[in-house]
Formats: sequence, C-alpha cells, structure tokens
Amino acid sequence: MSHSSTTTTANHSDSATTATHHPALVHHFDNMEQQKEAATFGMWVFLLTEIMMFGGLFVAYLIYRLKYYPAFVAGSTSIDVSWGFANTLVLIGSSWTMAMAVWAAQTGKRKLQVLFILGTMVLGTAFLGVKAKEYYEKYDECHIPGHVIGKGFNAWGGCSADKSKGNIAEEVIKRDHSIPEASAVQTAKQSEMFFAFYFVMTGLHATHMVIGLGVLAWLMWRANRGEFGPEYFSPVENVGLYWHFVDIVWIFLFPLLYLISRHQHAG
Amino acid sequence: MSTATANVMPAKHYLNDNYGIRSWLLTKDHKRIAVLYLASITVFFFIGGIYAALIRLHLLTPQGALFQADTYNKLFTMHGVNMIFFFLVPSVPAVMGNFILPIMIGAKDLAFPKINLLSWYIYIGGALFSLAALVSGGVDTGWTFYTPLSTGFLRTPVTVLAIGVLIAGFSSIFTGLNFIVTVHRMRAPGMTWGRLPLFVWANYATSIIMILGTPVLAITLILVALERAFHIGVFDPKLGGDPVLFQHMFWFYSHPAVYIMILPGMGVISEIITCFSRKRVFGYPFIAFSSIAIAVFGFVVWAHHMFVAGISVYSALVFSLLSYAVAIPSAVKVFNWTATMYKGSISLQTPMLYALAFIGLFTIGGLTGLFLAALGLDIHIHDTYFVIAHFHYIMVGGMVTAYMGGLHFWWPKITGRMYPEGWSKLSALIVFIGFNLTFFPQFILGYLGMPRRYAAYPPEFQVLNVLSTAGASILAVGFIMPAIYFIWSLKYGEVAGNNPWQATGLEWEISSPPPTHNFHETPIVTTEPYHYGAEQEVPVVP
Amino acid sequence: MSEHKHPSLVLYAGIFFALIIGTCLTWAIAFQDLGVWNPVVALTIAVIKATLVILYFMHVRYSSKLTIVTVCAGFFWLMIMITLSLSDYLTRALQF
Repeated sequence: MSHSSTTTTANHSDSATTATHHPALVHHFDNMEQQKEAATFGMWVFLLTEIMMFGGLFVAYLIYRLKYYPAFVAGSTSIDVSWGFANTLVLIGSSWTMAMAVWAAQTGKRKLQVLFILGTMVLGTAFLGVKAKEYYEKYDECHIPGHVIGKGFNAWGGCSADKSKGNIAEEVIKRDHSIPEASAVQTAKQSEMFFAFYFVMTGLHATHMVIGLGVLAWLMWRANRGEFGPEYFSPVENVGLYWHFVDIVWIFLFPLLYLISRHQHAG
Repeated sequence: MSTATANVMPAKHYLNDNYGIRSWLLTKDHKRIAVLYLASITVFFFIGGIYAALIRLHLLTPQGALFQADTYNKLFTMHGVNMIFFFLVPSVPAVMGNFILPIMIGAKDLAFPKINLLSWYIYIGGALFSLAALVSGGVDTGWTFYTPLSTGFLRTPVTVLAIGVLIAGFSSIFTGLNFIVTVHRMRAPGMTWGRLPLFVWANYATSIIMILGTPVLAITLILVALERAFHIGVFDPKLGGDPVLFQHMFWFYSHPAVYIMILPGMGVISEIITCFSRKRVFGYPFIAFSSIAIAVFGFVVWAHHMFVAGISVYSALVFSLLSYAVAIPSAVKVFNWTATMYKGSISLQTPMLYALAFIGLFTIGGLTGLFLAALGLDIHIHDTYFVIAHFHYIMVGGMVTAYMGGLHFWWPKITGRMYPEGWSKLSALIVFIGFNLTFFPQFILGYLGMPRRYAAYPPEFQVLNVLSTAGASILAVGFIMPAIYFIWSLKYGEVAGNNPWQATGLEWEISSPPPTHNFHETPIVTTEPYHYGAEQEVPVVP
Repeated sequence: MSEHKHPSLVLYAGIFFALIIGTCLTWAIAFQDLGVWNPVVALTIAVIKATLVILYFMHVRYSSKLTIVTVCAGFFWLMIMITLSLSDYLTRALQF
C-alpha cells in the first residue's frame, strides 16, 4: 500500500483549499491535513502507551484478586459504592462535555467551546473532590496500606478507640457468622493488598486527571482567543482523546474496585 | 547521483547554520538532536565500560582480590544499567535513527521535532538520576532489580536509580512514537512502504516495541519505588506479595527490550551489506517483515528468563516453544544478508568489516540463545556465564558492532569528513579479537558451571577468567581508538563529499553535512531501494 | 478543510444516555447474586461502554483504518500480557 499525502515540489506548500497557509501550520508539514493526521495519530500512539501502563497494574490486580479473593471482597465492600457510582456518572458527564467541546470547535462556535471545556474541568474537579473525600475516609479508617502514610494499616479493630472503625474483620464475620475470628483477621490483614491496588490504581488515574485539568486550562485559554475553528481544531480533538481515555480507565476501575461481590453485602 | 570529485564542505549546513549554546539546547533539528544524543550516550558507554573493566580486573583471581562482594554487586549492576538503559537502548535509534531516518524517507524533519528535543532532555533527566545513584555509591541488585532484594533493603539508592531508568524509558517512548508517526505520515511522494530502506523498517519495528513494552517497565519500577517508600507489599512476600509477579512484569518489557537492542543494528547491517556488495538486498520483503515478526514475537517469550523461578512447568513449555519460534525471523535475516553478498562485489571498507563481524558473532549469540531456550538445558546453564556470553555476543558482538559499523558508514554524512581508514580497519580488527577473547571463554566457563554475579570463583576457572580479562583490555583499546580518530577527523579528516560510498538512498543525494532543512525540494521517489547495478564502481577511499 | 465526519448532537446525547444507563445497570446488577457471572456481566457492560466511548466520543467510527488498527493493537497487546501472565498462575496447580 502506498501513501503520500501531497505531491508537491515546493518547500512551503499551500493547501488546495486555503489561499495562504494557516498560521498554525508548522513548516516540516506540507499542509494542515497532514499536520492534523500526524497529531491525531501521535495522540493515539501515546494512548497505546497508556493502555500498557495501566494494563500492567490490571495484570497485577487480577493475579492478586485470584490469590486473595475473600480479602479483595472484604476490601471492596468496605469502600462506599455510592461515591464510586456518583463519580462514574460525573466522569461520563465530563466525557460528554468534552465531546461537545470538540463539536463546538469543529463547527466554529467559540463561546460554546469555552463553555464546554469549562464544564469538563468543573466535572473533573468534582470527581477529584469526591476522590479526596474517599481517600480521607480511608485514612480515617486506617485503610491506607503500609505504615508510612496515614495512621498505619489496621483493619482488625486497632484503628481507634471505637473498635468498629474500619474493622474489616468484624464486617467479614457479620456477613458470615460461621467464619472463625482468626480467619476473619487474616482476611482483614490480606485486604491491605486490595487497598494497595485501590490507591495505586485510582492514584495513577487521578494523577492523569490532574494533568488533564492543567492541559484543559491551557486549551480553554487558547479557545477563548479564538484559535480553533473548522480548519484547525486538532488540539481540542486530541485533548479530547486523552480525556476520553482517562474516562475509559475509570469505566473499568469502577466495577473492578467497587463491585467485587457486592451482593453478599446485601442492601 | 552526485560524485565525490568536488569534495568541498558545503558553505551552509546544519552544523554552522546557527551558533551558540542556545541554538543547540533549543534546537528542533533532528540532526542536531542526534548529535546531542551521540555525545551523551558516548559518555555512558565509557562509564559502563569502566565498570566492565573493574569487573574483569576483579575476576583475575579466584578470590577476587580487588573488591568486597557487596561492592562487586554494585559493579555488575551499574555496568548493566548504564550500558542497557543509557547506551544500548538509545544507541542506533536516537543517534542514527534521528539523523538519517527522516532524510531516508524524504522528510524535512520528524513528525514532532519539539517532542524529539524533549526526549533528549528526558534522557538527560534520567541520566542525572543514574549519575546521582552512581555517586551515592551505586546499586547492588543487578540490573534486573529483582524483589524482595530491591524492595526490602534501604542501604542502596535503588529508588533513585529506578526513577532514572523509568525516566529514560519515557525518552525512548517518545522517540518510538515520533518514528512511528513519521514513517506513516511523512514519507515523500513515491516513497511507498515497499521502497523504504530496511533501516527504516528496522527502526519502525523497534519503535513498536518501545511504545508497547516500555510503559510496563515504567509501572513496574513505580511499584518498586512505592514499595520501598511506603511499604505497600506488592512484591514482597513478607507483606503478602509475589516476587515472581515482579519478574513477569519486569521481563514483559525487558525481553522485548533486547529486541530494541538488536533490531536497529540489523537495520544498519542491511544498509551496509548491500552497499559494500554493490548488490540489491536479497529478499527485501522477507527482511522487512522479519523485523515486524521479531517485534511481535518478542512479546510472547519473556518467561524464558524465569524457567527456574518457580513458574508453572506447562507455562514454561509454552514459553520455550515460542522462544524457538522467535529465532526464525532472525535466521531469515542472516540467510538473506548472506545471499545478498553472494556473487556481489565485496569491498572490505571498515563498515563492511563490522557488518561481517556482526553476521558471525550475532549468529553465535543467536544460536546459543536456543541453548538457553531449551527448558531442560536452561536448568543447568541459567545464571551461569553461558548466559553472560550469550547476551554479550548479541549486544556487543551484534549491536555494538552494528553501531560502530553505522557510525563509520554515516560519519561522512553527519560530519562531512572521512575518518582515517587505516586506523579504523585496525581498531575493527582489535575489537573483533578483543571481543572474542573476552567472551568466548565465558561460554566454556558457564558450561563448566561458573555462576554469574559471584565475586569469587573456584580456582580451576582462573585460566579462562584471565583469558577473558586479557581480551577485555584488548577490546578496550579497540573502542578507545575510534573515540580518538573520530574526534581527530572533525578537523583533519578528508572532506567526504555527498556520497563517498557511492551508495543508494536519499541521504546520499544531499550534501555532507546536510542542510538544515534536508531537502531544497521535496524529492519524488521513483526507484526501488538499493538499485545497485553492475555498472556501479567500487568506491576507492584511501 | 477536511470533511471530518462526526456524530450528530442527537447521537452524542444518545451515547451519553447509553453510558449512564450502562453505569446504573452495572451498579444495580452488582447487588444481585449471579454467582460467578457477576464479574462477567460487570466487565461486559464495561467493555460495551468503553466501545461506545471509543467509537463515538473518540470518533474511531469515522476514522482511518490506521486508527482502528492502532486501537485494536493496544487491546491485543494488553490481552497478550494478561493471558500469558495468567497462564503461569492458573496452571501451577495442574497435575497431568
């Protein structure tokens, strides 16, 4: 298969449809179309690297879920599913506003572009706010793994004077009274592995969102200056690709982290 | 095709187009970035080389008179880390790929020049972390960072070095990303996939590996760093973790990484063999697709590094079988190179000497890889000097040899000057002799049972170790000589002209050194690559 | 300049609602006891949601073959990593 984007012999070529070359055209490209295709393809290749990076964590998660299944169930049921559910809706909303921002840029609507990018940022910030609250809850319940950050992992009653706070062993016994206490304590100890993955996976995801918010702020500033229109909107589109990818990661994180065997914890 | 008779340096070219440190540190020109990489990786080659020298000196005597065992562990670790991540992985792609690939396809630059510059800065960032680890005493875990040794003990700067490696990994990710987009989107008119030089195919395949494998290394090292800092127990058995999982994740990248460290070299060899045989490449599609096959197959064989680590024997059988399969595309290349030379008009210039050495040494390295891929045999030779000899035959006998060949082949293009042919031939010979004397005894040592990564060895192995060290000193001379004569050639080398080798390829049609924008007019490609005919003259270069 | 096709506003909204419904379904089904099928259903819905985002929000439906190959390559490689790693762990206990 052969591909060549243009057949020109001049150093600075003009595209067939615009008389002068677009101010955003960089000189090693022949025309805006080639530049746009390269930029979008570049973003997709970058997203490939992100798939593999998160993928490594998913592999490790899968292996430990198989190895410590009861502990993963116990850990998962101890995090508040309503917040996770709400956050999923928020992030999907932000994906919609981002798609709308790309549409607005593609159709040359400057004010709407800015509005939708802003909307995406607001929803993204709301997501991070909820995450902060969730993280605080875990801190309070002594569910942060290790003993360097937080109060030291303790899911079997030693977290505070209130022995039920963050007491996963107690929850395990409540769900199934036939489980001996020693076994429940061991499950609680093993749940530290679940929380390690909870924090690393959602933490890496949140880091990507923070970076995304920064990029969105820059994008909004450029959109406000009227830089994007039908002939040139690939930055909006490519930031959109990144943002949708971050959303997709969360679409998988939600069931994998929050919904492990929820039916046992009925209601 | 231009001739070499009018050998005058062009008035304006990428080196003198702009002066001052800012014009270099803020350059977007892929050629200048390639030169920046050349300087940086050479520094790390010599750092890695010094560690190698210390290892070989220490192993002159069975009890290892020079260093404590703990220090010895640091020597082989720092040798490996510096050589692999800061020299070999970038070598051909970041120097020759950056410089030559855009010109080969008729482009004015890579698709993303600013990201190209960023990738160099990222490399330097990683390099600084590595130097910081070096200066604070060095790491002793082996370049493989196996857990729980790497996660459970805080005496050595593992985190600093791990961060350095993972930062350098992003440098190679961005290089790979740039190459892939460039090859897909920036080929000149008429430069179809079937007309691409094989060097481009090789770097394209390498880039696929870089972008798909390196992120897994990044996340693995991040987990190691987190484990060290916060005592989360992902890999530490005391905390419920699985050290074999670390090995799976580590080798998922590090096995394909060894293909990153050979494929570009194979691309260089394809270019050199055809030029110095004055004959078109035999089996072009086979060589092109074998590069892609190696890139893909390279991802499904990683656990052959873990045969004795406790993995399931059924899984080991599958990986062993797949490891045999991955040797096939490499063999395809060797046969095609040989067939290219058959009835060609061979001229033994220095690049060709290195290419010929490559074919022989890579074949030995590759075949011994099959010994290691055999499950039953690996049980005996895993973690012995047999493994060390195997991978040095590939990485030094293969990749470094190819790198040297490419450096000599394209030096005239990069600098406009020829290196002194007599000295270069002599150092090629010295490298060949020194290399074989260093590493062939190690096959025997491994077969006899000498373990790797040990600071001492049984006295009956001393003779072979002394031979190996003698070889290493010769090898060192062979590498120091080019460092001297290449620098000498910058001022005193003969002016090369556009095409000193009478080679085909777009890079030989522009001046040496090239102008900043490569082409004054976008070329239109109408011929197949390597259109050498019988009427081509053998180049005579003094 | 390039007549880059994209979904209509109605389609964008439709996909958005489909994603919301998918999320609600996932959440509701999680509380039913389907035994070993719980994670299967949850992940299947997640894959469908991801596919909708990729095809419509990320415009892959209207993109070149190269883009489609790239996306597929990503998931293929992820599957290689997951499957071959699991092939070790899941066969350790086997006795033939």
